[in-house]
Amino acid sequence: MKRSQIITFKIDGQDIAAREDETILELARQNGIRIPTLCYLESVTPWGGCRLCMVEVKGTTRLFPACMTYPQEGMEVSTVTEQLTTYRKQVLDLLFAERNHVCSVCVSNGACELQGLAYELGMTHVGVPYLNPSLPLDASHPYFGLDHNRCILCTRCVRVCDEIEGAHTWDVMGRGVDARIVADLNQPWGEAISCTSCGKCVQACPTGALFEKGKSVAEMQKRHEFLPYLALMREGRDGDSEQ
Amino acid sequence: MSKTITIDPVTRIEGHSKITIQLDDRGQVADARFHVTQFRGFEKMTEGRPFYEMPALTARICGICPVSHLVASAKAGDALLAVRIPETAANLRRIMNLAQITQSHALSFFHLSSPDFVMGFDADPAERNIFGVMQRYPDLAKDGIALRKFGQSIIELLGGKRIHPAWVVPGGVSAPLSEEDRDTILAYVPDAKARLLRTLDWYKGIFGNFDAEIRSFANFPSLFMGLVHRDGRISMYGGNIRIVDAVGNIVADQLPPEKYQEYIAEAVEPDSYLKSPYYKPLGYPDGIYRVGPLARMNIISRCGTRLADQEWAEFRALQRGAVLSSYMYHYARLVEMLYCIERLEQILNDPDILSKHVRAFASPNQLEGIGMSEAPRGTLLHHYKIDENGLIRWVNLVIATGHNNLAMNKGVLQVARQFIRSTKIEEPMLNRVEAVIRAFDPCLSCSTHAIGHMALHVQLLASDGEVVDEVRRG
Repeated sequence: MKRSQIITFKIDGQDIAAREDETILELARQNGIRIPTLCYLESVTPWGGCRLCMVEVKGTTRLFPACMTYPQEGMEVSTVTEQLTTYRKQVLDLLFAERNHVCSVCVSNGACELQGLAYELGMTHVGVPYLNPSLPLDASHPYFGLDHNRCILCTRCVRVCDEIEGAHTWDVMGRGVDARIVADLNQPWGEAISCTSCGKCVQACPTGALFEKGKSVAEMQKRHEFLPYLALMREGRDGDSEQ
Repeated sequence: MSKTITIDPVTRIEGHSKITIQLDDRGQVADARFHVTQFRGFEKMTEGRPFYEMPALTARICGICPVSHLVASAKAGDALLAVRIPETAANLRRIMNLAQITQSHALSFFHLSSPDFVMGFDADPAERNIFGVMQRYPDLAKDGIALRKFGQSIIELLGGKRIHPAWVVPGGVSAPLSEEDRDTILAYVPDAKARLLRTLDWYKGIFGNFDAEIRSFANFPSLFMGLVHRDGRISMYGGNIRIVDAVGNIVADQLPPEKYQEYIAEAVEPDSYLKSPYYKPLGYPDGIYRVGPLARMNIISRCGTRLADQEWAEFRALQRGAVLSSYMYHYARLVEMLYCIERLEQILNDPDILSKHVRAFASPNQLEGIGMSEAPRGTLLHHYKIDENGLIRWVNLVIATGHNNLAMNKGVLQVARQFIRSTKIEEPMLNRVEAVIRAFDPCLSCSTHAIGHMALHVQLLASDGEVVDEVRRG
């Protein structure tokens, strides 16, 4: 790896010292600055899909996803502006309207990242009409369930399954509003032979889309703090074998 | 010329309904019907969801009695899991159910119906509401509010919130009771008991003043149905079905809830979204029966708690055989509240109530499950069929108010015949037609709505649809 140069830049007026290979989002978190995210998951490749981490950079009207953008010397980044709050709320509007997110009867009620962000950004209502799609629930797996009604297509499950577990059971099929998470070759989850039933996808899922069977309303607490350690250990192992 | 009087909406009840009264050419009441005008569709919309979600989903049927649905639904879930839940879990569910019945009865008796008792059915409707009661009988109103709070506070302590707690789950309950919360609830009991006994004493002194209402408020022979223990004691949570006839004879006893389809069938009327269940052996509509407080007081051999048993004996002495007037639902409600308070105190004093083992875990072992319990308004039944993955395929809900549908219709006709004698609409007579429905405390679903603010719109129509007379209030 090439030796990184140390640069300095600003986030919300705060001076930050950074390596060139660290993203604005990582640096913000290291410095205690909160930028909302949904698709970002520490230890797997950033995807830049949810657009909630968009930030403003002085000197340009373009917005940048903090999870995919590297700082440059002297850059001035703003993470909380009126414009950004409006855009972030609009992103949530579209997410809530696209599928059937019924918090009150959801397994993840009270522990959902989507719901949490809606509270954090002061969402009082959904600004676009609901699509109310008729979506199935895959309960064919013996331990876990997939409820497409609650899925926001963040692909955290896809990436964690591929990059950490190495199974690549999950993928995305279809485009736009018709996109769906699928197991193996669009089979019922219980019939997907690549699935090791490790459950990391369930823990990585930010909403109630992936859940442990038998959980009632508000009982599904997701735990993914262990994933970076797991990733680190496996990286180390891979590194050893390469040497 | 025949005419139709329509009362739409019916006020001071839970939900939306209307009443139509058909007059014949001589202005006499020919027929009267009670229509439930709202449609919910829960049986259809829950298809495809995991059965574990059913308690929370079906609790949304109602904001007044979410707990009743939670309990019946969780029991149907237990049947799908095919587990015997820990006894402490069953007892904790019992406590919540008793608290629920207490708070709902308090709402019905004090908030919705007491204005008629204290001011009379002929009083000015501007005064004849809970605010009028607060002004003129502040102690009575305070007792009502305190008793409702008693029930709601227990529900909140157990389930974390007052409305739609998610604590009752298939297999048991999601969290045990702490010693601190147990003691808090027990500390509420003496005050609630004192308020209730005071109300009972007062009510026993005045209910006789409403002789005409007692005689005509759905006062007719019918069957009565409810759950009892093996020894005939009242049972709000478990037990089996007992059916008693108008003279007090036991027609059927210890019928298992899971075989309900052998003795209950459901008829559908074209003018109402509410189904009309009937006792199958007698057919439709002869198999008319009543459920709820009056029915429970009529079917049981005893309550099983000291004070309630005394009051129950006094209640049953009102009439040889079964007590037939639906006006007596109000009285029965008070006796039941006393039982609920005594019974939950009994259960809480059992040290096992603090056990941490409150949930059985299993995968679904049966593809069909039935849960039955007593709701404030009567026997409640949830019947689910699932696929092998645990997703709901088919649902049937028999709601307490539904059992009373035939009786409510008959009651509306009886009151209309007694009190309507001219084609001119008079408010007191309309209030009585509504009040007979109110005696059953029907929960036509949904959540609370403002009391006394709902508009009552009555039209007297000629057979060609011309409006002959019209009254609005609200």
